[in-house]
Amino acid sequence: MASLNSNIPKGPLSDKWTSHKNNINLVSPANKRLIDIIVVGTGLAGASASATLAELGYNVKSFCFQDSPRRAHSIAAQGGINAAKNYQGDGDSTYRLFYDTIKGGDYRSREANVHRLAEVSTNIIDQCVAQGVPFARDYGGLLDNRSFGGVLVSRTFYAKGQTGQQLLLGAYSAMNRQIGRGKIKMYNRHEMMDLVLVDGKARGIIARNLVTGQVERHGAHAVVVASGGYGNVFFLSTNAMGSNVSAGWKIHQKGAHFANPCFTQIHPTCIPVSGDHQSKLTLMSESLRNDGRIWVPKNIEDVKAIREGKLSPTQLKEEDRDYYLERRYPAFGNLVPRDVASRAAKERCDAGYGVNATGEAVYLDFAAAITRYGKEQAHVKGLDENDAALVKKLGQEVVRSKYGNLFQMYEKIVDQNPYETPMMIYPAVHYTMGGVWVDYNLMTSIPGCYAIGEANFSDHGANRLGASALMQGLADGYFVLPYTIGDYLADDIRTGSIPTDTPEFDAAEKAVLDKISLFLNNKGKHSVDYYHKKLGKIMWDKCGMSRNAEGLKEAMAEIKALREDFYKNVNVPGTDTEFNEQLAKAGRVADFLELGELFAKDALERTESCGGHFREESQTPEGEAMRDDENFTFVSAWEYKGEPGDAVLHKEELNYEEIEVKTRSYK
Amino acid sequence: MSGINSSLARKYAMALSGLFLVVFLLQHFIINLTSVFSEEVFNEISHFMGNNPLVQFVLQPVLIFGVLFHFMMGFILDIKNRKARSQGYAQNNGAANSSWMSRNMILSGITILSFLVLHFIDFWFPEMNYKYVQILPEDPNRYFEEMVHKFENVIRVITYVISFFFLMLHLLHGFSSSFQSVGLNNKYTRGIKGFTLAFSIVVPAGFIFIAIFHHLNA
Amino acid sequence: MNLTLKIWRQANATSKGEMVTYPIENVSPDMSFLEMMDVLNEQLINKGIDPIAFDHDCREGICGMCSMYINGEAHGPDRLVTTCQLHMRKFKDGETITIEPFRANAFPVVKDLAVDRSAFDRIQHAGGFVSVNTSGNTQDANNIPINKHDADKAFDAATCIGCGACVASCKNASAMLFVSAKVSQYALLPQGKVEATDRVLNMVKQMDEEGFGNCTNTGACEVECPKGISLENIARMNREYLFATVKG
Repeated sequence: MASLNSNIPKGPLSDKWTSHKNNINLVSPANKRLIDIIVVGTGLAGASASATLAELGYNVKSFCFQDSPRRAHSIAAQGGINAAKNYQGDGDSTYRLFYDTIKGGDYRSREANVHRLAEVSTNIIDQCVAQGVPFARDYGGLLDNRSFGGVLVSRTFYAKGQTGQQLLLGAYSAMNRQIGRGKIKMYNRHEMMDLVLVDGKARGIIARNLVTGQVERHGAHAVVVASGGYGNVFFLSTNAMGSNVSAGWKIHQKGAHFANPCFTQIHPTCIPVSGDHQSKLTLMSESLRNDGRIWVPKNIEDVKAIREGKLSPTQLKEEDRDYYLERRYPAFGNLVPRDVASRAAKERCDAGYGVNATGEAVYLDFAAAITRYGKEQAHVKGLDENDAALVKKLGQEVVRSKYGNLFQMYEKIVDQNPYETPMMIYPAVHYTMGGVWVDYNLMTSIPGCYAIGEANFSDHGANRLGASALMQGLADGYFVLPYTIGDYLADDIRTGSIPTDTPEFDAAEKAVLDKISLFLNNKGKHSVDYYHKKLGKIMWDKCGMSRNAEGLKEAMAEIKALREDFYKNVNVPGTDTEFNEQLAKAGRVADFLELGELFAKDALERTESCGGHFREESQTPEGEAMRDDENFTFVSAWEYKGEPGDAVLHKEELNYEEIEVKTRSYK
Repeated sequence: MSGINSSLARKYAMALSGLFLVVFLLQHFIINLTSVFSEEVFNEISHFMGNNPLVQFVLQPVLIFGVLFHFMMGFILDIKNRKARSQGYAQNNGAANSSWMSRNMILSGITILSFLVLHFIDFWFPEMNYKYVQILPEDPNRYFEEMVHKFENVIRVITYVISFFFLMLHLLHGFSSSFQSVGLNNKYTRGIKGFTLAFSIVVPAGFIFIAIFHHLNA
Repeated sequence: MNLTLKIWRQANATSKGEMVTYPIENVSPDMSFLEMMDVLNEQLINKGIDPIAFDHDCREGICGMCSMYINGEAHGPDRLVTTCQLHMRKFKDGETITIEPFRANAFPVVKDLAVDRSAFDRIQHAGGFVSVNTSGNTQDANNIPINKHDADKAFDAATCIGCGACVASCKNASAMLFVSAKVSQYALLPQGKVEATDRVLNMVKQMDEEGFGNCTNTGACEVECPKGISLENIARMNREYLFATVKG
């Protein structure tokens, strides 16, 4: 199918982006005023895109379901943002960032996109500092860096454990400036319900005002979907409660291919589940692995004693602890990539070494770091390095300054003091590398419809490196989309504003209204959450950290059956003319129930293990993931055909010109 | 500048007029305190204050304006602030996050205003009457006697004591708060807080002492 | 744990609301407050009662969406947490818990416990930004060294999550802590100093127009702020505004 043309520019890899920018069509400033663009979502990608498009002169309409654009879930990103600045002089470069990202993604991402990402990464930092983002600084007043998993340099810029918040507030401030100027029209508490196509092109959306229930029509010359990832298909994830796949799924239903849905990142350091009431999981930043050491007891008797509360982890001697990441991966140790760290934790817990009541937790221990920093501080201050109490106090201060908010968060949730006793952590769904298929211009297979940030699939392959999501979101929004969208819009300067009183809008609106009344009139016996939780359990058990053909087939059948039951028996209270959260949720869960099946189908199709996708059938004797480059060096792009089980696979072959495809090793 | 209509300008106005009144309060206190030690000194200063044209025709109107301004502004602010939340809370635990004094400045303020009315009736109106209406001959030694005479009445003394207690409550929040209002919150803040705390207790307590002292010695 | 919940119910912005009592049983002390509300809502839905609307999203204390006034305090009795981070272990078995929306005329009720805080957005539109285009062609980030002390202070101010607890807690429904946090962040950084005068004047003007009350320095906002934003920021804004006014 022609729509899978990835439109990668010709020429050497490092010149592609520059020459592409030089050759694509531009829209003149006078004509930009005649063009409307809809941006759905106001996370890092959506907010930065809205701001930049408005600065360029386009008329932007931005939508978010939250009560303010500042609440988008990018705000919760903790650790940092990568950029190849090489401020630390430790050998970093654009090429190395590009290489690390491709390798981290287990050679399943598109080379040209990733190189572009690495190229613009440095602009992001310059831009954010100019906007007043308060990044961490050293005593000389210059920017500080830390290191993240899967790399050997320190290239991560951060603002304590709240980097996402600071970057989003930066993008939000850029948006505010344009809202104040009237160039962005902001629609808070609005949800995109469907995409409207006119002559095969994206020409607007149907949106619903969540407060009044009013269904609205919005026309535009292009639609940008920046609605984030779909981790909530697992019910329990580190995503926000409202995070959903609906915008992405609606455009998929209208013709945009959905790529690599099974590529999901399970983050190794989250706070373990405490009970059935759990509504979401809380991440503990990967940056903690800079200083925390991960371990479980060596002896199963100690595990039992700890679970029964007879033994405290701090009492366990050094030789009775199994620092399994340091043991298995001496080169990267605790800083192996996320997929590797997660599987290793699961392996230990499956073997019976989990340290909490549910058996699903490992320790993340800061005692060594506290001592190390404490001694350093004592030395700097000319105090006694052998005074254990003093060293501990000084060390705790250093740790507090680096991770204070995370430690506080942990203490509030678990009711244990992580300065005194090791944290308990367990992997949880965190990020989805898969998403809407886009070409080099970030356009989906629907002309005029774009997908940016986590909503698209393009940059992270089968596994994302830490601190790269923020980088990608801002790169897409600030520096890529605003250029590439002009290439398409250059043909639209004479189109005039898009009317919404057309049969296409009528039909799309009617479909939305029908769906709403279907939910409200169903009067079934189970709540929306009942289905969401059931779906989540199927996904976690059968499409989680390790997958096999049998389980995936079961998952497909079970999700299909659950979906049918949902439409028969779901109970959505209230009306469609009020603030009705259950109704909004019903629409989102309906889409998850379709996506879940496609997810399982994609995972079933890909019989290799790569990155976050681990097929039990494809592993080395030591239990490491084993890729099958010969048969699977491609992007799976699924075309919608009604039932998710009937989706048609299109393959975008991945060609690596600059990089030699190797077995990923962090040993 | 949006003039006195801006919330911040009102804040400065409250703070500065308050600080001005604190200064006045201090000088009033010092003068009164002399009455405990020396009738002559008290009479001498009182005579000066009551007859010096600068004090009478410049400082006195400024002071009256300051008092009226501070009260009017306080009432306006209170009304505006109440309007900012027309539907109140069913349950509000203000004690969990702020002092009683800070939440009840209007109450202590009204008490002080009532006291001022009484105080004017007691001293200021007779004084004005004496000097500018009746135009009686000036007697530099009459002040002490007049004052002591007032404090013979135990009810008046009790009223004064209660009023000064409210003045203390008002000062406990208001004095240090005015520094914050004009933008002073830095490494000296702890010192300022300590000083204002001491001032807010010592000065009203001193006034109370003077009232009781004269009552007992009358 | 068994609890009695007294919750504010209000169908929409224009209707009259009332407190309604709901009992809830078998609450685990490990639940977060919102998880307890989820359980209640699930029970209400199954009984055919309209579930209680409340704002929430990230549930890890950073998005600033959750906004409940619990037992007379914004975000409940615990300190430095949002409602979503408040855990049931902070309450006693058998306790009656009063839950109300954040109240201020500038925050009209949307439904039940959800309020409209777009006034905060409008204050930000008035000046909560540095006027720099997002072209990426600015100078190198390290060309502007910033004193670590100032950078840290700017960061502390910037951690405001815009939840509105300051307004809810203030007896005057004043938004000074929120506005001053933004003003301070930029006032402390060289990038923000260029427009500092206009920023503070415009943001305060918008704040006043939104109908927030005046600050009387009770300090309640600082105590209830889930991010511990300091009153120093308000003093800084007072200073900035004073200088800006004098400068004109």
